[in-house]
Amino acid sequence: MPQSSLASQVSSIVEIRNVSFGYDPARPVLQDISLSIPRGSVVGIMGQSGCGKTTTLRIIMGAYRPIAGSATVLGHDVATLDTAGLYAMRRKMGMLFQFGALFTDMSVFENVAFPLREHLGLPEELVQDLVMMKLHAVGLRGAAHLMPTELSGGMARRVALARSIALDPQLILYDEPFTGLDPISFGVIVRLIRELNDSLGATSVIVTHDVQEALDVVDYVWFMAGGKVIAQGTPDEIRSSNEPFVNQFVNGKLEGPVPFHYPAPPYDADLELAAS
Amino acid sequence: MLIGSVRARLERLGGTVTSAIWRLGFASRFLFYLCLHSGTALRRFRLTVAQIYFAGVLSLVIILVSGLFVGMVLALQGYETLQRFGASESLGVLVALSLVRELGPVVAGLLFASRAGSAITAEIGLMKATEQISAMEMMAVDPIARVVAPRFWGGVISMPLLAALFSAAGIFGGYLVGVQLIGVDAGAFWSQMQAAVDWSNDILNGVLKSVVFGVAVTWISVFEGYDAPPTAEGVSRATTRTVVTSSLAILALDFVLTALMFTGGNH
Repeated sequence: MPQSSLASQVSSIVEIRNVSFGYDPARPVLQDISLSIPRGSVVGIMGQSGCGKTTTLRIIMGAYRPIAGSATVLGHDVATLDTAGLYAMRRKMGMLFQFGALFTDMSVFENVAFPLREHLGLPEELVQDLVMMKLHAVGLRGAAHLMPTELSGGMARRVALARSIALDPQLILYDEPFTGLDPISFGVIVRLIRELNDSLGATSVIVTHDVQEALDVVDYVWFMAGGKVIAQGTPDEIRSSNEPFVNQFVNGKLEGPVPFHYPAPPYDADLELAAS
Repeated sequence: MLIGSVRARLERLGGTVTSAIWRLGFASRFLFYLCLHSGTALRRFRLTVAQIYFAGVLSLVIILVSGLFVGMVLALQGYETLQRFGASESLGVLVALSLVRELGPVVAGLLFASRAGSAITAEIGLMKATEQISAMEMMAVDPIARVVAPRFWGGVISMPLLAALFSAAGIFGGYLVGVQLIGVDAGAFWSQMQAAVDWSNDILNGVLKSVVFGVAVTWISVFEGYDAPPTAEGVSRATTRTVVTSSLAILALDFVLTALMFTGGNH
């Protein structure tokens, strides 16, 4: 479904308007980014490493403030929020980090219970039930007693996913959720992202460069390069795109706008062939 | 040429000094913010108790064994000197005053910095490197209140207790060598100690020193961990800096505190 028609049917949960960001104004990381994420959808922000997609995610979660433009998340302009406001907004959000970011001094159970205990002050019996429900949803109820060091990469990612949905968030952010996973774990995470999003009635934003697999799960995609959105569309539109960068990226071609060789002096000069 | 070289050196020196002052200011702001957000650590005291176990209880072995040996060496060395003046029965006084005034707080502080301070820095630094701190912030939990403050207060509470235990173990070590091994009279050993060691001038001042060292070491440890670059090298450097800076801070503060406490006719 085209994004414009998606957005017209349901209100946007994230609205980014002409956002620019950079540590040094002379070298912006993001340039005039605009995107609107409809409620209930699973969307992807894709592109090469260093293209600005994780920075966009950090703008959404309020870790960075735009130097121009506005980012409205869950009805709040993130640039105007103080720490208390930011934390209030984040209680409605969940985030899955690249390698899970589980607390290594806590068991799987304690990790999932952490946000419940910090924010809700529920009786211990209820915490027990909620944690087991979340772990059951990711298929790891039997691993509740394990420590993070005893988990495989895929299991750790699933525990982190259970922790990120502990408070039933409205918005779930995924930062490179597929990195380093074996094919089975990969498939499990892809399926869980879709199922959890739909069953919780949440909205999911996936930042990734694992394009083929992500295209199977998302409703809409933004492609970024050099800090700008260069293409957007549904997965089918992206697959059939003639945009040279998207075409190279989606099909993994060696030749295209992104050169194989990093800029370097002439090869002959480096090998000192001219002298001989 | 010479002027250029001197200028470059002065610029480097100025840069180093400016950077050190900036870092001290940043660390001071961090301490202020830490104290401001200590409510969680004090309200949910079990978080602090867990850190007292981590920083204090797990340091007990090294503290007690070191204290015992330091006391034994003090007794051996002290006896050799005292007997020349026919004052070998003052051995208990010598051991006790050396320990409660100086060696207890200072050596326990140095050991605490090496054992617990480095561990605190490494733990917080690694939490940052593995995005655990960021994850906490994303869960709307303030890492200063939840992670840093309990470790800070755990260290501050542990340090005086460890220094007291160090001194107690040292006095026991002195007793073993002085009384049991060398044969100094036990009554003289204990009674002279009891008569000469003053509660406020010696013991309380020693406790005050250990509290100051505890604040300094734990502050440096948590700050270095929180400020560490999130890489293996960054955490390694931060851990080293914690031990070096804490040790120098203890020795410098000891001089200042000793000058304030034990001069001006007190003793």
